[in-house]
Amino acid sequence: MTNPYLPYEATIIERIQESPNLFTLRLCFTDPKLQSDYCFEPGQFNMLYLYGVGEIPISIVSDPKDEHIIDHTIRAVGRVTNAMSNLKPGARIGIRGPYGRGWPILEAEQRDVVVVTGGLGCAPVVSVINYMSHRRERFGKLNIVQGVKHSNDFIWRDRYDHWRELPDTKVLLAADDGEPIWPWHVGRVTDLFDQLEFNKDHVIVMLCGPEGMMRVVIKHMLEQGVAAKDIWLSMERNMQCAVGHCGHCQFGAKFICKDGPVFCYEDVKSLLGQRGF
Amino acid sequence: MTNKNSKVEFLPRSHFQELIEHLQQAGYTCVGPQVHEHAIHYAELAHADFLPQGMSEEQSPGQYRLHEAGHDRYFAWANGPQALKPLLFTPREALWQSSNNCEDNASLCFKELIPEQRPLAVIGARACDLAALYIHDKHFLQHGYRDPYYLARRKNMLLIAVNCTHPADTCFCASTGDGPRATYGYDLLLNELDDGFIIESHSEKGVAIQTQLNLQAAEASQLEQANDAVEQAAARQTRGLPAQNLSQPLLDNLHHPHWEEVAQRCLSCGNCTAVCPTCFCHSELDEPVLDGSHSVHYRQWDSCFCQKHSYIHGMTIRDTAGLRYRQWMTHKLGSWHEQFGRSGCVGCGRCITWCPVGIDITEEAKVICSGDQHD
Repeated sequence: MTNPYLPYEATIIERIQESPNLFTLRLCFTDPKLQSDYCFEPGQFNMLYLYGVGEIPISIVSDPKDEHIIDHTIRAVGRVTNAMSNLKPGARIGIRGPYGRGWPILEAEQRDVVVVTGGLGCAPVVSVINYMSHRRERFGKLNIVQGVKHSNDFIWRDRYDHWRELPDTKVLLAADDGEPIWPWHVGRVTDLFDQLEFNKDHVIVMLCGPEGMMRVVIKHMLEQGVAAKDIWLSMERNMQCAVGHCGHCQFGAKFICKDGPVFCYEDVKSLLGQRGF
Repeated sequence: MTNKNSKVEFLPRSHFQELIEHLQQAGYTCVGPQVHEHAIHYAELAHADFLPQGMSEEQSPGQYRLHEAGHDRYFAWANGPQALKPLLFTPREALWQSSNNCEDNASLCFKELIPEQRPLAVIGARACDLAALYIHDKHFLQHGYRDPYYLARRKNMLLIAVNCTHPADTCFCASTGDGPRATYGYDLLLNELDDGFIIESHSEKGVAIQTQLNLQAAEASQLEQANDAVEQAAARQTRGLPAQNLSQPLLDNLHHPHWEEVAQRCLSCGNCTAVCPTCFCHSELDEPVLDGSHSVHYRQWDSCFCQKHSYIHGMTIRDTAGLRYRQWMTHKLGSWHEQFGRSGCVGCGRCITWCPVGIDITEEAKVICSGDQHD
């Protein structure tokens, strides 16, 4: 029996500073067998461990088909992430995972897809967008909508430029506060919704970001006639064990770490937006 | 769950020590109830003389008083603060350690720290705590990931249950359907009478112990006496929950003003979650040793009454005592049903007794589930 709590050593192959407080660690298990056996679904996460400091849950942003490297984009915001941001290539950290349930990629096949993200919540969907972009023919119309507070927070411009070139793909960007050279919309993501192209009876909506933003998008989608069962969202709560034992991530009866972090809206709607849950 | 080889027999009180000796000879370390710091606790038991003979106790919201009651019984009391929980899911334990001083070219290596567990025989487990054990068995062993730390202890544990004949004023196991008769997980079952015990086995391990004891046949009158005592223990309970499944009434009353009223009294101390036999929340933390040679990763009990419990990058989801009490109760009596197919409350009443301000889960649930006065 493997111990679900035990991390394994990984090496930092590359470190990318994405913005003043966002950085990406490109990791590889030190044991080649672990690396070749490792597989995950877009939307799942790993627990990353920094020696003597602790563990944190971080979603995986690389493409599952990349066998050589596992990417994690991290915001330096707390005790562990701030310490982790000082690591350099060659440094070793611990990884265990992947954990949780990812995006409904099989259900999304042959359907139109709308991906809406807000704030810095884009990381959990980058993996699924990459996945779809590499298998573009399997999906219908693809709409990618990303909102940020300030245009400085917008990272991965080249990826968005690349996605915009894909067939039948729309990329819409909005910043609440745009710098003078910001070429996209200034305002909220919902302002862009009349530009979306999808068949409401044949679509999967994927949401990630602040819950307030996701609730506004859900309301809009439901008003457009999208069924609750076709709306999916990635949620976050305090997670310490990642295996549904420690109790911190509970959202009503759901353990976000094990039953999520990606949920069908129908399964979480009763408590979504209730203060205290 | 009676084992087909089991006999219902009588163990005179004067021979109780033989049970302990046979358990010890079979390789078990015995754990049993003992008086410690004016309360009944479970601890390593070397001899029957250390059992709380003649002791009884009084419990009420925020009160626990132990006293000499002038009888010869070993188990004529309702549970103290401890359940089986700390024996299996320990208050603090090391999960693994890491070191950056490794062999084989590695710079960071990990070693799991699975406890070397000696076989334990727990004497005196009550129905409420065995019902809680059922929940923890599901939580740690059957729902997805198996917990190797819990498993190491659980598989080496022999359980000797005692049907409860002395419920406290705070007890309500009859209302939750979990007692006073033990129904889950035990190997041997005792019913205490004035001069001894009715003993029966419910597992192969139990039969192996029972067959070694020098026992008498149990008489019909003794069985009847034992049965009556348990039924009276159920009938004497005055507290109760409004229903076994309160999921919907609680969900319908998330904005009931009574949550705030409870919060005015609640100290957010977490005593209720520490004594609760089913609460499983724990946090993980890493502690580097002083010489820097390695770092130990621990887990320790946590409580949803702590501010930090719901912390997430810069914000706290439950920042008031009212929200935290609501989380605890809506989980324990509500969402637990979806998670485990039953309530998270086994009616042991510990949260009532050990709450420093005497908040009573049965009373608060009654008020809250009676109707939403907010709308």
